[in-house]
Amino acid sequence: MAVTESAPPAALDLGPDTLLEMYRAMVLGRLLDERIIILNRQGRAPFAISGQGHEATQVGVGYALRRDYDWAVPYYRDLSLVLVMGMSPLDQLLAALGKAGDPNSGGRQMPAHYSSRAHNIVTGGSPVATQILHAVGVGLAFRYRGEDRVVVTACGEGGTSEGDWHEGLNWAAVHRLPVIFLVENNGFAISVPQARQMAVAHVTDRAAGYGLPGVCVDGGDVLAVHQVAVEAVARARRGEGPTLIEAHCVRLQSHSSDDDQRRYRAPDDLRDLRSHDPLDRFRVDLEAAGILSPERAAAVRADCLAEIDRAQQIADEAPAPDPATALHHVHQEG
Amino acid sequence: MVEAVRTALAEEMRRDDRIIVMGEDVGLKGGVFGATQGLHQEFGDLRVIDSPLAEASIVGVAIGAALAGLRPVAEIQFQDFIPPAMDQILSEAAKIRYRSNNDWSCPLVIRAPCGGGVHVHGALYHSQSLEALFAHVPGLKVVLPSTPGDAKGLLTAALRDPDPVCFFEHKALYRAFKGEVPAGEHVVPIGRARVARPGRDLVCFTYGATVHESLRAAERLGLEGIEVEVVDLRTVRPLDRECIVETARRIGKVLVAHEANLAGGVGAEVAAIVAEECFESLDGPVMRLGGPEIPAIPFAESLAEVYYLGADRIEAGLRRLAAY
Repeated sequence: MAVTESAPPAALDLGPDTLLEMYRAMVLGRLLDERIIILNRQGRAPFAISGQGHEATQVGVGYALRRDYDWAVPYYRDLSLVLVMGMSPLDQLLAALGKAGDPNSGGRQMPAHYSSRAHNIVTGGSPVATQILHAVGVGLAFRYRGEDRVVVTACGEGGTSEGDWHEGLNWAAVHRLPVIFLVENNGFAISVPQARQMAVAHVTDRAAGYGLPGVCVDGGDVLAVHQVAVEAVARARRGEGPTLIEAHCVRLQSHSSDDDQRRYRAPDDLRDLRSHDPLDRFRVDLEAAGILSPERAAAVRADCLAEIDRAQQIADEAPAPDPATALHHVHQEG
Repeated sequence: MVEAVRTALAEEMRRDDRIIVMGEDVGLKGGVFGATQGLHQEFGDLRVIDSPLAEASIVGVAIGAALAGLRPVAEIQFQDFIPPAMDQILSEAAKIRYRSNNDWSCPLVIRAPCGGGVHVHGALYHSQSLEALFAHVPGLKVVLPSTPGDAKGLLTAALRDPDPVCFFEHKALYRAFKGEVPAGEHVVPIGRARVARPGRDLVCFTYGATVHESLRAAERLGLEGIEVEVVDLRTVRPLDRECIVETARRIGKVLVAHEANLAGGVGAEVAAIVAEECFESLDGPVMRLGGPEIPAIPFAESLAEVYYLGADRIEAGLRRLAAY
């Protein structure tokens, strides 16, 4: 049950194709996130909440899962994770604009409440950390049916103060369920720093209290996260139970479009943030390994932007929900 | 009635292997009231799960299992201990189908003993009647059986329901009331009231243990030729509007009686329906009887008696109404 400090050596042996795919996934997540913020600033998307700075963690974990087989119970910053699991930029732009075709909720929930039954992404609400218990129940169902699926659930370090988080870790550990608890620790719960959230240095310090392994990893290093996630997934699939992963991320944007982090974060801290941008870090590593060139990086960016532009055009033209449908689906109909 | 609950669980678990049961002490012990006795022996560890002592997780984990295709039954040992799970019930279970635009559903039964009375000795935290808190929430169904037959039939319906159902069993009924339980498959649809006693002069809408107190009061008035119809609502969300309106119009004098305290209670909703839909048929004010506005039932019998809505108080209420 030891807490592993930090990063295993970077696993560039995934092969250049996969590494480039992962890089593209991170770029797509970032650019889509930026686009939704732009739509918010233009007054077209009423609300935006950002996952910028968390892309390496989410893509690293997402690539450890078997797509359309394993499950995720995400939280609101998991844009890149749900893209890796099969949702599209269009799906999220339809949500940002509150359109009828939004597969997450049909325009019922705020954006970033990710959901897709087709891709095993469980619907979530806004209360923090309630979803942790759902992941435990999903893992319980896998166990009951004798399946070797794995479920990953995520929240921020603030979410770990909620009772549901503690109850979830306890239950999963007692029953050795195939659940991966991912904590995307960006140091702030809206404005409250980690030191006001917990008296321990690492969320993973708590793992021993529940009897499950806790692994702390540099969440800005996509390959380090990936390696840790692969190991956790393998343990879970073998029936050896849950793992707590704490990935240290940077939160590049304010909490949400209704927040301004300049009011509570030191100017030096904010200036320093960009030097930890996980996209730059991965690009530099890939260039150093001869897998990515500046030209290729520019092409990836252009390709992602084109995909987002096309999606935005479709989302712009998509119809709003019919008011008559507001009363539907409280219970099963028909 | 506790046997009826156990029978419904066992029969449905045999019929549908997606049904699992979880809660505190539901395994080897078979529940503190015996509602799950024998299930662990028959269905094993994977289907009858002794949970950690944490209510939010009992409901939250059950929700996750429901999302992944099972049909869990979450037992909360006493309704008084549901509050830690309220977030899971109100914010999650009740909203899952709606918030996902019908992509996901949450077929879940939350069972809990409720209610008190002079002989229950449950005091403030083992005897509350909190059904109105749940009846307020769209997305939930809220069922309170009053007889063993209905307990079996309604629980069977709840276990087959595609959406979350709160199933509250009055603990005074567990052993006190014997009644016929139809053998084999027996389903009582959720959302339909039942005429427990026909009458023509007054109607008393009620549910749960108060049905029996109302019947006793009705019998006494019957001896004097005042015929009271007693309607067992059985489900407090959705209410059987059609039955309420039809009965109130036909009879014209309406009393609503329940053990829970009055303000914001189920009786208020029934009274509002009657006031809105039956105004021209009424021959008196719509009256309500319930617990006094104190937090819950006190322990000492002398205090508990003040709270309890027994046949005497109901009889007095019916007489006041009859006088109009």
